[in-house]
Amino acid sequence: MLDRKKKENLIRGAFFITASISIIALGLIIYFLVSEALPTFTGFDAMGELHGGVSFFDFIFGTQWKPISEHPQWGIMPLIMGSVWVTLLSSLIAIPLGVMTAVYLAEIAPNKVREIVKPMVELLASLPSVVIGFFGLAVVAPILLDLFDVRFGVNMLNASIMLAFMAVPTITSIAEDAIHSVPDDLKEGSLALGATHFETIRRVVLPASLSGLSTAVILGMSRSIGETMVVLMVAGGAARIPTSIFDPVRPMPASIAAEMGETSFGLERHYFALFAIAMVLFIITFLFNLLADHIAHKYKQVGAATL
Amino acid sequence: MSQMVQDSIANQVAEDTGLGLRRKLTQEFWFFMFRLAVVINGLALFIIVGYMVYYGLPAISWDFLTGMPTEGGLAGGILPCIMGTFYLSLGSMMLALPMGVASAIYLHEYARPGLAMRIIRLAINNLAGVPSVVFGLFGMAFFVASRDLGGLGMGVSIASGSLTLAVLILPVIIGTSEEALRSVPDTYREASLGLGATKWQTIVKVVLPAALPGVLTGSILSISRAAGETAAIMFTAAASYNPQLAESIFDEVMALPYQIYSLSVSSTDPERTLPLQYGTSLVLISLVLGMNLIAIILRSKLRKRLTK
Repeated sequence: MLDRKKKENLIRGAFFITASISIIALGLIIYFLVSEALPTFTGFDAMGELHGGVSFFDFIFGTQWKPISEHPQWGIMPLIMGSVWVTLLSSLIAIPLGVMTAVYLAEIAPNKVREIVKPMVELLASLPSVVIGFFGLAVVAPILLDLFDVRFGVNMLNASIMLAFMAVPTITSIAEDAIHSVPDDLKEGSLALGATHFETIRRVVLPASLSGLSTAVILGMSRSIGETMVVLMVAGGAARIPTSIFDPVRPMPASIAAEMGETSFGLERHYFALFAIAMVLFIITFLFNLLADHIAHKYKQVGAATL
Repeated sequence: MSQMVQDSIANQVAEDTGLGLRRKLTQEFWFFMFRLAVVINGLALFIIVGYMVYYGLPAISWDFLTGMPTEGGLAGGILPCIMGTFYLSLGSMMLALPMGVASAIYLHEYARPGLAMRIIRLAINNLAGVPSVVFGLFGMAFFVASRDLGGLGMGVSIASGSLTLAVLILPVIIGTSEEALRSVPDTYREASLGLGATKWQTIVKVVLPAALPGVLTGSILSISRAAGETAAIMFTAAASYNPQLAESIFDEVMALPYQIYSLSVSSTDPERTLPLQYGTSLVLISLVLGMNLIAIILRSKLRKRLTK
């Protein structure tokens, strides 16, 4: 019997080690991002040639990103603003669309319709980003050029629309779960007081599922800010702080993906600087995820007590 | 409470109070907006897929699917891209599936709520949120880079790409496998343990077989995710032009998603490359949507069986 117990403990230990692989992977990602990004700030020595570092402050707040000019400048503010604006604009489209779809699915849809709409949303989520990027490039860009008097069809608006449809499924599926988990007696109470179904949704169901809805929105935005192929292909690629929604922009992931191919491994400042951008991007999405996790745990929906 | 009862009560009350019309119209308006949101989503899917089918179909022929690319990828077929995508998704699945299922087993069958579990979950959630381009850079610095630069020295290759993709799909597999384990009723476990089986025997002989269809669904979903991924393989596995089939896992390969991207940046002659891009996109979305459809159907059959 003792042997059996020993064996069970061994197996348990083996499973624990395998489960820790996620922690190890995340740790390795952080390690490589930091170690490859650091030379940007500390300076480095490549083949006997010394390169000075940029201060972290100048890197973040510098307004000129000119990595391959003769006097290179390493300010990523234009890239950060590109990411921020594209994400905000796409959220303006994706949040209402995603939440309304979720309300429809959880509250209004008859079973038969739900069985069609849910897979449809999942299929939308599964479309590869490069295909959506290509669609933006080949179909939406010419339409934008026709509709508006603009110089570029690949711009902030185009990227935001494409990103929105990638964020909608994320928002919808999390928001739907949140709305679903609002207890029936709350709704029944509201209806019994004479509220219409819509009034119940607006005054009871949505407030009661607010924490889940926030999680949905945060994760949707986090997805948009990290999405690469769409912004690489349809955002326009100009590293300038945008002044209009028709300006071409260069969000952080686009910069990394577009420029990494042109650098040489571990020898150039440009290479390290791109890792530094990736580190900033990682920190942003990491914070978004921590926030979502925190909200989900702290304001867990537990029955009527949440109201 | 059923929707119909809810609505009829609400309507009755609204009529009785005499304030009905305006409130009813508000409801009608918003319900219309909710339906409109769904229609917009459906249209988006339909239009994107429609464009790819309409412009992609004419480009597809037997030679296109089974031929080698020529003239730097501007003409010819896409066989190496199809095979490359196949190797990469298969490779990442072979690596991630055992680890993912084992992690899910630990989390669902062994772990007790506490700090260790919270940290593992946090790591999984954050791993799921890491942007794919960051995975790409990580793979480049860790798997691709040569030994003296601090990496494992596997070069731009199927091996590096599969490993990178494996880390990327790991959270998906853990999530779906856990859901599959959750759907196995506790009575199964209790019956097995009650008969004197150990926990390990229970997991292997009872829980896993019952969870298998769910695990299978999850694997199909993650294969499709890996197949459509571009940014993560850009610097770890993909070649923009390499008109031959891979002979070893240390070869770099062409891949469908990367091909779509690289044609759109390198193209100087859109008239010629657009049909190729539409054709390649159609092949890619047929694969990805097809796998997702299979997974969705499998899952709904499974749910029906469970609720019986």
